[in-house]
Amino acid sequence: MSEKELGKKWDRCLADGAIKFGTGLGLGIVFSVLFFKRHTWPISLCSGAGLGMAFSNCQNDLRSSYLLHRSQKEQ
Amino acid sequence: YTAGGSSGAAKVVAAGLLTVGGGVGGTILYAKWDHKFRAAVENNVPYSDWLLGLALGPAYQGDIMKQVRMDSQHVWVIIADCFEKITGSEFLPHSEASAEASHIISAISEISTVPAPCDTESAVKGHCSPWSPSLSCFLSVSDCSAAVSASLEECLASSAKATLQAIGAQEAAVQAITQHIHKLKEAMEAEVPPPEKSSQWKDLEAALADRTSAVNDAETALLKAKEALDSLKSEIDKSKGLKVSAVRPLVLAAEENLHNMVVDLDRVVTKLQSAESESKIVSQYSDLVNEAKLQFQREVSSLTPEIQANWKGLTGKLSADDLNALIAHAHRRIDQLNRELAEQRVREQIHIDASLEQQKLEDQKALEKAVLTAVQHIKEDTRLEQERKLSELREVMEAEMRTQLRRQAAAHTDHVQDVLKVQEQELRADAEQVLGSKLLEQETSYRQLSQEQLDNFTLDMNTAYARLKGMEEAIDSHVVAEEEARKAHQLWLSVEALNYSLKMADADSPTMPLESAAQAVRDSCHDNDFALALATALPEESLQRGVYSEASLRARFNALRALVRRVALVDETHNSLYQYFLSYLQAALLFEAKQEAPPGQLCSEDLDPFRLLSYASFCLEHGDLELAAKLVNQLRGEARRVVEDWLTEARLTLETRQVVSLLSAYANAVGLGTTQAP
Repeated sequence: MSEKELGKKWDRCLADGAIKFGTGLGLGIVFSVLFFKRHTWPISLCSGAGLGMAFSNCQNDLRSSYLLHRSQKEQ
Repeated sequence: YTAGGSSGAAKVVAAGLLTVGGGVGGTILYAKWDHKFRAAVENNVPYSDWLLGLALGPAYQGDIMKQVRMDSQHVWVIIADCFEKITGSEFLPHSEASAEASHIISAISEISTVPAPCDTESAVKGHCSPWSPSLSCFLSVSDCSAAVSASLEECLASSAKATLQAIGAQEAAVQAITQHIHKLKEAMEAEVPPPEKSSQWKDLEAALADRTSAVNDAETALLKAKEALDSLKSEIDKSKGLKVSAVRPLVLAAEENLHNMVVDLDRVVTKLQSAESESKIVSQYSDLVNEAKLQFQREVSSLTPEIQANWKGLTGKLSADDLNALIAHAHRRIDQLNRELAEQRVREQIHIDASLEQQKLEDQKALEKAVLTAVQHIKEDTRLEQERKLSELREVMEAEMRTQLRRQAAAHTDHVQDVLKVQEQELRADAEQVLGSKLLEQETSYRQLSQEQLDNFTLDMNTAYARLKGMEEAIDSHVVAEEEARKAHQLWLSVEALNYSLKMADADSPTMPLESAAQAVRDSCHDNDFALALATALPEESLQRGVYSEASLRARFNALRALVRRVALVDETHNSLYQYFLSYLQAALLFEAKQEAPPGQLCSEDLDPFRLLSYASFCLEHGDLELAAKLVNQLRGEARRVVEDWLTEARLTLETRQVVSLLSAYANAVGLGTTQAP
């Protein structure tokens, strides 16, 4: 069902975002702990990077139906 | 043990006795029942005949006699016995009597050639006369000669009896005479002592008495026989006078009988006469001898009066004088006798001549008599022979006449047969002609009738056939129409089923696959292109998966509306997240009418998703899915993408519904078309 597509995308986005954010956060924390002497900026950096990645992914995902993919191009 | 032994022995003894007694008793009983067995036992076992005679009585032989059939031999024997009884004399030799009887009976038996079986038994049982057995043959001849034959029979019987009697008497007389002669000779010549001599003389006297009585009997019997023969002769003449042909052989036979009897009688009479003559001579001789003896006796007694007749025994008593006187007397007697002898010798010739003459006369007389009788007999014989020959000739003639008549009759029958044949042929020809003509008539009429019948029948058949054809056609058309109607009905039913299945959809789930229904529709209209085309025009999805009902679509649309509102601003160019955010914001802030009636024509302002949605909602609420779908189809961008599925679904549903409605309309039309207007 096409109407559910959006929902699914949003679910993916959120999940992805959560994962990226979490991973970023985690990495940030790790980096911060490990390499950056418990500064918060790696955490926010990584989490922000994560978020940003998630955002980008989400956007791409949402756009994907309008873009011509390579596989389609080559057909 | 001893007691047991003794009882055992007793038992053995008792058993043995029982066995023996049983055997003997059984033998006796069986001998009583089976005579042959009895005979066998008597032959083989000694003293058994005594025992069996004691127990059962003598062996019964009588049944054997009864079982022997009376053939002529036994008849002869019995007849001979009866004959003996009739004559009453026991010393008749069997052969003579049976010879006489057989001679007569053979003469009689020629009568038995008259066609009739002889009742020998009854004859034997009845009179026991030798002629009656064959005489009873007469009884079976025809009625007109029955009286004659009866009378003849009577006469024959009586004459036969008398003749037999006479013959018997004659024979008896002959016998008596011979006996007497013999006795006389004996008495005269034999030298026997006096007491026996007297007994001899007594016998002689008895014989003489017998002879006289026998001769008298013979004479009377002869007279009787002659009488009977005369009566028979008269009877025969009378029956001859009747001139009945059937009687003639009887008469002939009776005549022959008569002749035979006469012959026998005469023969016997001659025998008697010869015997008598012989006896005469002998008696003469004896008389002479007696006379001489008496004479001598007288002389002797005259000489010697004291000496009695039996001088032969007195040889010691006579004195010398007596003896001398006797011798002288004897001498004188001898001289006298010599002189007489010489005289006799001289007169011998004369005496001989005289006696010869006498004898000649007597002989002549006898000869004449004999010749006469012989002539008579021969005459009779010839006459009888003539009669016989005549009868034979007559028979032959009759036979010839019969054959001639038969020939004539045969000729006549032949002629008649020929005539009949000719007549038969003629009649047959006529009859056949008539028959032919009649048959022809009948045939023609029959043909006519049959032809008529055939024609009628053909006509009827034709009409029937035509009607049948009409009926068939009507029925066929009916059948066709019915078939059409049925098909239409079926189509309609299937379409209805399809329709129904369309309607039968739960909310939010598609109907059942319409494949089966569609198949049914296809089946029910496989010869109708239009319907077939329509049936095949059903979208595949609907067939496989089924379609959503309008209600579910409506519900779905309502769910979709929110989403479409939210992504209203997102399209191909504006599809970043920011746009998404903006679109969401717009959706949160913009309020449109829930349902708005769509205009007849859409302008560019109406292409706003919110307006479109309200229009579509309005249409949906009012059951116009088509318009709603059209309106929804106007959405662009992400909204369009979101609504895509719904749209396809709606399209499918719309398609299906359209096809189904078309089919239904068609089915209705067809159904209506098939119903015949009165």
